[in-house]
Amino acid sequence: MSLLFYISSAVAIVATIMVITRYHPIHALLYLVVSFLAIAVVFLSIGAPFVGVLEVIIYAGAIMVLFIFVVMMLNLDKVTSEQEKTWLKPNVWMGPALLCIVLLGEMIYLLLQRGDNVSNIAVVEPKSVSVALFGEYVIAVELTGFLLMAGIVGAAHIGKHKKRNLHRYLTEEPERNMPEPQREAETINT
Amino acid sequence: MSTAQHIWTVIGVLFVLLNIAAGLIWVERRLLALWQDRLGPNRAGPLGLLIVLADTLKLFFKEDWIPPFASKAIFVVAPAIVAGTVLISFVIIPFAPNIVVADLNIGLLFFLAMSSIGVYSIVLGGWASNNKYSLLGALRGASQMIAYEVFMGLSLMGVVMLSGSFNLGAIVEAQRDLWFVVTQPVGFLVFFIAGVAETHRLPFDIPEAESELIAGFHAEYSGMKFGMFFIGEYLGITLISAMTVTLFFGGWLGPSFLPPLVWFILKTFFFIGVFILLRASLPRPRYDQLIEYGWKVLLPLVLANLMITGAVALYLKDS
Repeated sequence: MSLLFYISSAVAIVATIMVITRYHPIHALLYLVVSFLAIAVVFLSIGAPFVGVLEVIIYAGAIMVLFIFVVMMLNLDKVTSEQEKTWLKPNVWMGPALLCIVLLGEMIYLLLQRGDNVSNIAVVEPKSVSVALFGEYVIAVELTGFLLMAGIVGAAHIGKHKKRNLHRYLTEEPERNMPEPQREAETINT
Repeated sequence: MSTAQHIWTVIGVLFVLLNIAAGLIWVERRLLALWQDRLGPNRAGPLGLLIVLADTLKLFFKEDWIPPFASKAIFVVAPAIVAGTVLISFVIIPFAPNIVVADLNIGLLFFLAMSSIGVYSIVLGGWASNNKYSLLGALRGASQMIAYEVFMGLSLMGVVMLSGSFNLGAIVEAQRDLWFVVTQPVGFLVFFIAGVAETHRLPFDIPEAESELIAGFHAEYSGMKFGMFFIGEYLGITLISAMTVTLFFGGWLGPSFLPPLVWFILKTFFFIGVFILLRASLPRPRYDQLIEYGWKVLLPLVLANLMITGAVALYLKDS
């Protein structure tokens, strides 16, 4: 089991580094998907299948699809890759990277100090997750619901548009009295 | 189960599934012909059965062309994703009391996870082709599949509530007295409709609607890469039929004059027939009609089903 854990965590780390260094946004997102799948396998290998599957359903299966969906429509091509190359110069990432290496050293030191007590993890059944969500944390769930509802209402408001008349004989009375060119412009713009 | 037995189960399931996927070429054409009052393929071999061989050979020998403007690596990977995810999903299905590849505790969630990964094949295939019709198909496919995944997941929760488990074997056992289609008719209908949309079969094949988008997301594909999409679609039909049978029609349960495996296969083939009958009889809706139908009809229906099932289950538990 621990071999599986180390392989999949290595895959996750490599994939995440690739996400940062790719110039093409779609390739970067695909590596991010791989990284999420690898993390799901990490969860599976330490005996938490429920969290692992949720990771795949929510992050890899829903959120990343929407990311790719949006990036796909933006049609970012060679020009943006060139732009990305100019952004990713050593003098840009050197400072943060050096500071991160200090933190990494500290983390490795702390991990070595504490020894390995990572593997004794209690398996959480789906039932206990639901009981916690709808019992103890029900207010948080409700508030999240409100937040999502606000997003949906906003999106519905932005996406709403007037009913379009596809045939000139089907237009309503007031519109029929308009002069010809203006009416055409209106039907196109709405 | 011993390791050798396990390996034989895996090989057997894989062999049968790939043969079913290929054989469905013939089944679909013959059944469509029957329902449309035509003859269908009847020349090659007895009853035209060798059309399967002819079609497969044709696919293998076609020129395997990658367009120069395509994004090559992603273009090649995309068709493999759909066939791969669908085949992996079969891992959790109990074909008979002892024939299951992996008896997972979270089997149902695993199925949903795999079907949500399957969306990538359409999205990436359409995007990597770098063709406007493919891109339109990919956009349609992504929004259709993300939307119908929601209803698919919710429609299954009634079954989970009644059986108290995500394990498919336990769900089949819970149906010994009564099939869940009797207690969960709405859940069954929504699951089946969402299944048709997830496999993007007619009438919900708008990602590849040939009359509008040439062939949609796989317009640029040829040879065996197109064949993978093709096999993925037939495997998807088989998967949704098998899941419908397992979740709502008692899986391998049946009167004892036939072995359980035979019952399972018979029931599955009935639903494959329904898929083909849908193709033969229903016209394709418009894209906005499909999405509107999902969010305005299926979502309220499935939420009401969830609430009523929960209330009844609680009431029965208390009394």
